[in-house]
Amino acid sequence: MIEIHELTKRYRQKAAVDGLSFTVEPGRVTGFLGPNGAGKSTTIRMALGLDRPTSGRALIDGRPYAELERPLTRVGALLEADAVHPSRSAFNHLLWLAKTNGLPTSRVREVLDETGLADVAGKTARTFSLGMRQRLGVAAALLGDPDVLILDEPVNGLDPEGVIWIRNLVKRLAAEGRTVLVSSHLMAEMALTAEHLVVIGRGRLLADTSTEEFIAANSGSTLEEAFMRLTGASVEFQGGGGR
Amino acid sequence: MSALGSAIAAEWVKVRSVRSTVITLGLFAAVALGLSWMVARAFDPGGPADDAILPVSFGLLTGQLVLVTFAVATVGSEFSTGTIRASLAAVPSRGRLFAAKMTAVGLTVGAAALIVESAVFALVRFTIGDGAAPLTEWWTIEVLLGGWIHLTLLSVFTAAVAVMVRSTVIALSVLLPILFLSSQGLGNVEAIKPVAQYLPDQVGMVIMHMTVPGDPQFGRDYSAWGGIGILVLWTAAALAAAWWSMRRRDA
Repeated sequence: MIEIHELTKRYRQKAAVDGLSFTVEPGRVTGFLGPNGAGKSTTIRMALGLDRPTSGRALIDGRPYAELERPLTRVGALLEADAVHPSRSAFNHLLWLAKTNGLPTSRVREVLDETGLADVAGKTARTFSLGMRQRLGVAAALLGDPDVLILDEPVNGLDPEGVIWIRNLVKRLAAEGRTVLVSSHLMAEMALTAEHLVVIGRGRLLADTSTEEFIAANSGSTLEEAFMRLTGASVEFQGGGGR
Repeated sequence: MSALGSAIAAEWVKVRSVRSTVITLGLFAAVALGLSWMVARAFDPGGPADDAILPVSFGLLTGQLVLVTFAVATVGSEFSTGTIRASLAAVPSRGRLFAAKMTAVGLTVGAAALIVESAVFALVRFTIGDGAAPLTEWWTIEVLLGGWIHLTLLSVFTAAVAVMVRSTVIALSVLLPILFLSSQGLGNVEAIKPVAQYLPDQVGMVIMHMTVPGDPQFGRDYSAWGGIGILVLWTAAALAAAWWSMRRRDA
């Protein structure tokens, strides 16, 4: 379970995340929606202890991320897909991650198989397409077999086959009882994947509801229309907040 | 394995799994060996006996530029590629990640410096032949032991600077001109020598017998091992500042 309590992040005077509170429950896919610059990535970085909140707390199973022992076995995260050293092989990228948390090398091979990268394990990340790098990022998230998964824009840059693969993967992970938070600015994709939605705009909570109710409550025929109606007032390009 | 041990093992995988490690350390060996060999060939046996060790110092002090590039690039690439966020997600204790990183860089540099230095010494002895620096003389040991400590500490110092500025390019842009190129001359300019002679790369010249205390132009105001002490202080200060920077900044 992920709990966000009154989380705020200010860059100088501008609030990227502003008093945000919500809970991500296990056993279902929760979509984390918002326009670009709404504060999704900042929220996720704070939940992972990468950015320090100005105020408020983010807890994983009741504890701040930084206090987790062997955190990869508790939380798997996909952040930017291109955050891989270009001249390091996929295998070695996963191997150093495994070493940090004392995971066996056999886990590296398992997640390479699971993400379809076994045949290119020895190739350097430089040679990878964006889709392959996304798969490598997912492999890294799955490495510790964690109960909580946080995937930031996982379908970005994927071809249709990759999109379907991610969709089925996150649904399967949730069905296994894990807590799955998937951020996206693609409403149509979330309509197909998420059972529950947390919608934010300008760093504030706009909705925390089931996907069905969200569409019904906003009297739109599609999630996309409902989303546009809700966030229409809150789309603004902010400096400093989005990355 | 302890949490710190695991983090160091991971850092070692990072170091050995990129091609730039092989390239930079190979270049360090090539530059040091090549220059020392050339200077050794021009060695004039008519001077003071301890001149016979100078070809070793020449090669290593020039090669240190490449060794520093390795140290800086190893740390800086974490920030330029964005893998620092994956590293911190895997090792949330910033102090532990920093300690692991500095340990891995320090051990790698220390091992590389030891191997290359031994090879350089052997090559210079072979090239000079009669009159070569004997291992039984204290000045030989001082240059080899002190030089090894100097190369290792200076690399750790620069790696810490790379953490502070969070960039390979910025770190090298600051370190190479100021510390390594200008200061060779700056340390001899009378007006600024009182300060410039204490820069981290300057202190190594004394232990490497490139100059002696009291020499009117090139001399320094401190002894050989006093210079090593100054470098220890520089390194400690850089490590403390980098650790502080890593603790308080967002990734």
